Amino acid sequence: MSVITYREAVSSVLREALDEDERVFLMGEDIGPYGGAFAVTQGFTEKYGKKRIKDSPLAESVIVGAGVGAAMAGLRPVVELMTINFSLLAMDQIVNHAAKIRYMSGGQFSIPLIIRTVTGAGASVGATHSQSFEGMYASIPGLTVVTPATPSDVIGLFRSCRELNDPVLFVEHILLYGTRGEAPSVGDYRVPIGKADVRRSGKDITLCGYSRMANVAEQAAGILAQEGIEADVIDLRTLRPLDSETLVNSVKKTHRALMVEETTRIGGFAGELVSQIQEDAFDYLDAPVARVAGAEVPMPYSYPLEMAAIPSVDAVAAAARKLVNGS
Amino acid sequence: MLKAADVPDLTKDDLLGFYRQMKLIREFERESERQYTRGNIKGFLHVYNGEEAIAVGAINTLREDDYIVTHYRDHGQALARGMGSKEVMAELMGKATGCSNGKGGSMHLFSSDLNFMGGYAIVGGQLCIAAGIALAVQYRGDDQVVLCFFGDGAVNEGEFHEAMNLAAIWNLPVIFFCEHNLYGMGASSKETLVMWDSLHEMAAAYGMDRYEVDGNDVLEVRDLMQRINADVRAGKGPAFVVARTYRLRGHSVADPADYRPDDEVQYWESQDPIPRFRDWLTEEGIATVEDFDEIDASVDEEVVIAAEFGESSPWPEPADLYDGVYTDRPTEGIPT
Repeated sequence: MSVITYREAVSSVLREALDEDERVFLMGEDIGPYGGAFAVTQGFTEKYGKKRIKDSPLAESVIVGAGVGAAMAGLRPVVELMTINFSLLAMDQIVNHAAKIRYMSGGQFSIPLIIRTVTGAGASVGATHSQSFEGMYASIPGLTVVTPATPSDVIGLFRSCRELNDPVLFVEHILLYGTRGEAPSVGDYRVPIGKADVRRSGKDITLCGYSRMANVAEQAAGILAQEGIEADVIDLRTLRPLDSETLVNSVKKTHRALMVEETTRIGGFAGELVSQIQEDAFDYLDAPVARVAGAEVPMPYSYPLEMAAIPSVDAVAAAARKLVNGS
Repeated sequence: MLKAADVPDLTKDDLLGFYRQMKLIREFERESERQYTRGNIKGFLHVYNGEEAIAVGAINTLREDDYIVTHYRDHGQALARGMGSKEVMAELMGKATGCSNGKGGSMHLFSSDLNFMGGYAIVGGQLCIAAGIALAVQYRGDDQVVLCFFGDGAVNEGEFHEAMNLAAIWNLPVIFFCEHNLYGMGASSKETLVMWDSLHEMAAAYGMDRYEVDGNDVLEVRDLMQRINADVRAGKGPAFVVARTYRLRGHSVADPADYRPDDEVQYWESQDPIPRFRDWLTEEGIATVEDFDEIDASVDEEVVIAAEFGESSPWPEPADLYDGVYTDRPTEGIPT
């Protein structure tokens, strides 16, 4: 078993898709000879040529919209929006068109389109480049929203996404590209869409996160374990469809739950998780369901301020401690 | 104006076929307005009256495997492409027998069988999708063309410019066809669009072949489109067409259009494409009053049948609500 980076995992599944399926092409800003803003597609143009690695203009609507059209006409495009912040410029195509064409056409047209993009804060890139909109997209029927946090989940989830026939937002995290993990040993390894990962098992509290915050929750659980608090750690991996069953079953076992997410608390996706827990596990709760989320500010540039705005391992551990111990 | 001798490839049947399609669109829209008034059609209803020569002239130059993408004023293009008047009317009424089982409605007509890739109701978005379909054609090495309709209002959207540039830089086989009817909903394009009187020249900025045509002359539209199709099909890249035309009705049936000057309306009423073509067919000695009477009667009958079909069709079942959101799985949030 080999250890690879998250970046290498993304590159490898893209190469695999290009190698296996002639209908797959990549399109996005600076993905050609430049090699991608996060160095994911380095060397791709040399290997696959300009026909399949399309350096696009800085024009997010047509990057996604052309992907939608090509998918309607039978191809399997994988388009890249450099960051999820720029997805706002393509929201018409994502929300009004990609997500709805199948339903509005009475099922006549499917849109097998993967939109890769990059979420997250912590890279000192300021308010406009540090947002986490994946939860917002998870509110749209017709979309599938996937948030891998480890190299093996990148590989397993991407392969599963390729088997779907509907639009997917495949959301990578800006701080995870350099992180390492074991590559799956099985060649046809898959992670099912809509299946959460129970990273760690414990009886005292459920910690639930997605993307980088799943890793933060797991690290907090390590600290808590040294204090005798055993946490279930759930990485949702997919926001839509949501594996609420795994989450609710965990809460029924632990009776306490803490949601961890990077985006702002008001209107964040954790609010949906809390709702589903209280709908389905109200009688099992020994304490109100709690959240640790991003601060209600545009992300500041200054490093200590930015760190203060993002949930930390210590903040998660402290909130969990308070839930379990009551203080 | 062209003479009969200028269109030797068109038989009397072809020409009367164009007349019938235009007449069908007009009468279909009259019936849909009636049905709207009766409450059988809800929401928005944007009728195509006055622009029939464009849909009929342009679409009849396409091959069966070519693609059409259009805007929300889409009944005319759908009928010109050969979608059944019954299925379109039933869709307007939200019935299960509609072309999209009532899920799309008036503004979102689709037919996968006819490569009718949809009516799009967020202005400008369809240009990006059309570029993508053209990209797929180019990628496969095929020779279809993509015909994308939009109005002059769409030219001010960012998506227009994104799609025009992409199509030009990648030499995509798409024809961007602007139905320039002088209004973006209720605002005159003279007030909102700096190039309103030479709109086709906008494409100069993209180095694109560009054309202007009388959109109320079905044969002129057809003649131009035949030449453009051949160029685009031959790999010469995208083209931009501006057809000057006019809505004879308001933006939607809720719009009395009293913001339009009387003399402007009167001028364009005198340019109504259907009487113009009928007069031309008469003057050229191609058709007689009897021919027109026969066609008009068959159109009236077809429209009545379409309306009866829509009215008598069943509603979708409540259980159909959740069908079709995803291809491979049920959608989330279905009550248990």
